[in-house]
Amino acid sequence: MTVTDLVSYEDALATYEPVMGLEVHVELGTKTKMFCGCATELGAEPNSQTCPTCLGLPGSLPVVNGIAVESAVKIGLALHCEIAEWCRFARKNYFYPDMPKNFQTSQYDEPIAFNGYLDVQLEDGEVFRVEIERAHMEEDTGKSTHVGGATGRIHGAQHSLLDYNRAGIPLIEIVTKPITGAGERAPEVAKAYVAELRELIKALGVSEARMEMGQMRCDVNLSLMPHGSEKFGTRSETKNVNSLRSVERAARFEIMRHAAVLSSGGTIVQETRHFHEEDGSTTSGRIKEEAEDYRYFPEPDLVPVAPARAWVEELRTGLPELPRLRRNRLREEWGVSAHDMQSILNAGAVDLIVATIEAGADAASARKWWMGELSRRANEDGVDLAALPITAEQVARVCALVAEGSLNDKLARQVIEGVLAGEGAPDEVVEKRGLKVVSDEGALGTAVDEAIAANAAIADKIRGGKVAAAGALVGAVMKATRGQADAARVRELILERLGVTE
Amino acid sequence: MADLIKLTAAEIAAKIASGEVTAVEVTEAHLARIDAVDEKVHAFLHVDREGALAQARAVDAKRERGEKLGPLAGVPLALKDIFTTKGVPTTVGSKILEGWIPPYDATLTKRLKDADVVILGKTNMDEFAMGSSTENSAYGPTGNPWDLTKIPGGSGGGSSAALAAYEAPLAIGTDTGGSIRQPAAVTGTVGVKPTYGAVSRFGMVAFSSSLDQGGPCARTVLDAALLHEVIAGHDPLDSTSIDAPVPPVVEAARSGSVDGMRIGIVKQFRGEGYQAGVIQRFDESVELLKELGAEIVELDCPSFDLALAAYYLIAPSECSSNLARFDAMRYGLRVGDDGTKSAEEVTALTREAGFGPEVKRRVMLGTYALSSGYYDAYYGSAQKVRTLITRDFEAAFEQVDVIVSPTTPTTAFAIGERADDPMAMYLADLCTIPTNLAGNAAMSLPCGLAPEDGLPVGLQIIAPALKDDRLYKVGAAVEAAFTERWGHPILEEAPSL
Repeated sequence: MTVTDLVSYEDALATYEPVMGLEVHVELGTKTKMFCGCATELGAEPNSQTCPTCLGLPGSLPVVNGIAVESAVKIGLALHCEIAEWCRFARKNYFYPDMPKNFQTSQYDEPIAFNGYLDVQLEDGEVFRVEIERAHMEEDTGKSTHVGGATGRIHGAQHSLLDYNRAGIPLIEIVTKPITGAGERAPEVAKAYVAELRELIKALGVSEARMEMGQMRCDVNLSLMPHGSEKFGTRSETKNVNSLRSVERAARFEIMRHAAVLSSGGTIVQETRHFHEEDGSTTSGRIKEEAEDYRYFPEPDLVPVAPARAWVEELRTGLPELPRLRRNRLREEWGVSAHDMQSILNAGAVDLIVATIEAGADAASARKWWMGELSRRANEDGVDLAALPITAEQVARVCALVAEGSLNDKLARQVIEGVLAGEGAPDEVVEKRGLKVVSDEGALGTAVDEAIAANAAIADKIRGGKVAAAGALVGAVMKATRGQADAARVRELILERLGVTE
Repeated sequence: MADLIKLTAAEIAAKIASGEVTAVEVTEAHLARIDAVDEKVHAFLHVDREGALAQARAVDAKRERGEKLGPLAGVPLALKDIFTTKGVPTTVGSKILEGWIPPYDATLTKRLKDADVVILGKTNMDEFAMGSSTENSAYGPTGNPWDLTKIPGGSGGGSSAALAAYEAPLAIGTDTGGSIRQPAAVTGTVGVKPTYGAVSRFGMVAFSSSLDQGGPCARTVLDAALLHEVIAGHDPLDSTSIDAPVPPVVEAARSGSVDGMRIGIVKQFRGEGYQAGVIQRFDESVELLKELGAEIVELDCPSFDLALAAYYLIAPSECSSNLARFDAMRYGLRVGDDGTKSAEEVTALTREAGFGPEVKRRVMLGTYALSSGYYDAYYGSAQKVRTLITRDFEAAFEQVDVIVSPTTPTTAFAIGERADDPMAMYLADLCTIPTNLAGNAAMSLPCGLAPEDGLPVGLQIIAPALKDDRLYKVGAAVEAAFTERWGHPILEEAPSL
């Protein structure tokens, strides 16, 4: 199917109601793997972070990572879920070369957390409640790199390289209940949900949840049903949609594609689909004629997990403020519009601004620098705002220098430029670039007064309206300050002292 | 030399400790015995001559330095080829692992080494411990030292035969449905299946995770206890390992008695299918227990009749999943990798060529039993039976201290006799399986020879979970009384090889 065959989004929504289900996998940021002591660092030499257990060697056995269980409980609590008093792991049996045991140790009918919700805020401020079915613990698979094929997928590849460093990394899979009632905003809700979940995971400190690094992966299940119907249509499952924008686009595309198929009298086949970043389309993956039989059964190598109630309550008490509530609180404190707050969020600037304020800056200045000059630089360099080589403390120092009058905006920009260029902390840049004198209004003022006193005739001319004559006095001041003053500022001071305006 | 191989492990350890013999001499004597008889017996799949001698030398060096030696230091042992041994082949009796050299030691292997037990080599077994005769080994059968045309039991036939042939005074077995006890019974040796979780399963290649349990094999009850103490204990690498002190098994073995004990006999453990000579020796054993001061209590455990059926759903289900990892990707056999076939095809061809018929049968059975639509009827029902069996045991142990039964319904059958009849083969484990399903402890020890064929009969003693010491207390009393009655250990009646 090509894009031209799609029904327009508006037409699709006029006839059908979309139903979505979102499955998000989060790689936990634990130091060790889910069931063994291997390290989890990204970017290590392939297969260097493996052991008999995560390689599935004969005789090896799993042991549950306690920190992973704690992280799962925290996520469950933050999603307002019930926490199981007793639950087991289960084996999900299927063959795939990057899965060392050819079963994934997961959870089946006894997830650690279930029945919750996450309120997400749409761009216009509307709050949409997404119901959570469950959150369960499992292990990641290894990573296959298929070599020689046209598509990078296993089909058509000449050989495949397997890296088991990822095998056994703890995952939490969070599954929503069917999301209905979002109508035309379904793609927006999907995006907002994943964004909110990401913020939540980060706030909990259980994962960095970087989608571009595969630390958070989303499957978008979507079906359409005619308006007024209560029976869900057949769904498609778009796998591994790995950016917020892609989540929105995938949902949007599938709505249009499903509508086209259904409107022309066709039927949707239950299948997995691949999402293509380039054009935002999806293509057919694996057809699921019947539900795949994973032959789940309780994992006999592990004992049940029974989180003590007192411990769960302790974790609940220690939960951070939920990101949405925090954002709303900050928005009020900072006095910005919902739209501006959204921009701050999209820019990844919330925590940076908070930190800058904590370091002494006022809210408006902190926001101005991060959302202005620094955002522009991050954009130009194609990096995250947080990745810029400047700290919140340094930005706060620049704000302080401006506030005390030592720097004006123009000079402050130069200081920031210097910090970004690696010239040191703001004060060092001021020093090295010789901006120190400029900022010393007292010293400069004295030099100006002296120049006026020594050139009374010229000063009179200026007082008389011959403003152009100021150049001579500027030259005198520059000479006196050995060229280290800001000429424009000197000129301003001279005119100010002589009571003249241009 | 001949003297050394007939000594018990306790005697060998004492002689080494006193300096009467060296560990190297003991090891060499056993290696010589292996050289002399193992071509006929085929107890070993791999003899680690160099490794064993190096260990023995280390023990002698320790002694020379005046270091304290453990209770089994320098005693040779035959290790079932199901435990990983770093740098030494581990095949599990299967072609699919031919040539695999594990990069790590099982916890049990490590404990043996730490205790200075000398590991002579790896013993033959039914492939993946599936069988009761060792005929399912991909590397050929093992002969029973009592009659080389008979089976030595299974799956741990290599270990039991090594003991009965004096190739080693100690051996390690694993018991999923009787694989320690039934081989012990048919070879006139002692075998113990400890409480589930007593001995770490880390590094023990899994057949059925919820049933598998490693345990000691020996020629005497005391030797088994000494070995039990070395291999048991909590292991953080095995989540199902018991985090509690090891019961006082050695103390119990040194103070055998049944005086004042209540001992149960279960209605369900006799009847059709039991050989007359087995029943006769069992009944004599019960009489003996009475003479020794025990009170005999008759018990009814109706769920035991369902044990075999439940076992043949649970064990294959778990094995179908446990054996999925043998896919030719990372280790072991790889068939058909000629550059034209997909990974999936290579996996299929390798499993086709690498697994024997019994393994395939159980993988298929288990795959079926776990399939959606059948799960509840098969795996689910079997788990319910398991619960019932556990309850029957609990009720029984409210009335009695231990239960006794024949270990296996018949004496050793001929090699090949049941090879084509899986059901007949499965019946060998009729009396041993309930214990695996409930997770409690049991021992088999000799109680005489069946009059009709002159082959050993095993008496099974079953204790509640965590009360493994009771096995040794009762076992030691029975062993002492029988040895006195017979005038010598029963193995002396075995023909010399």
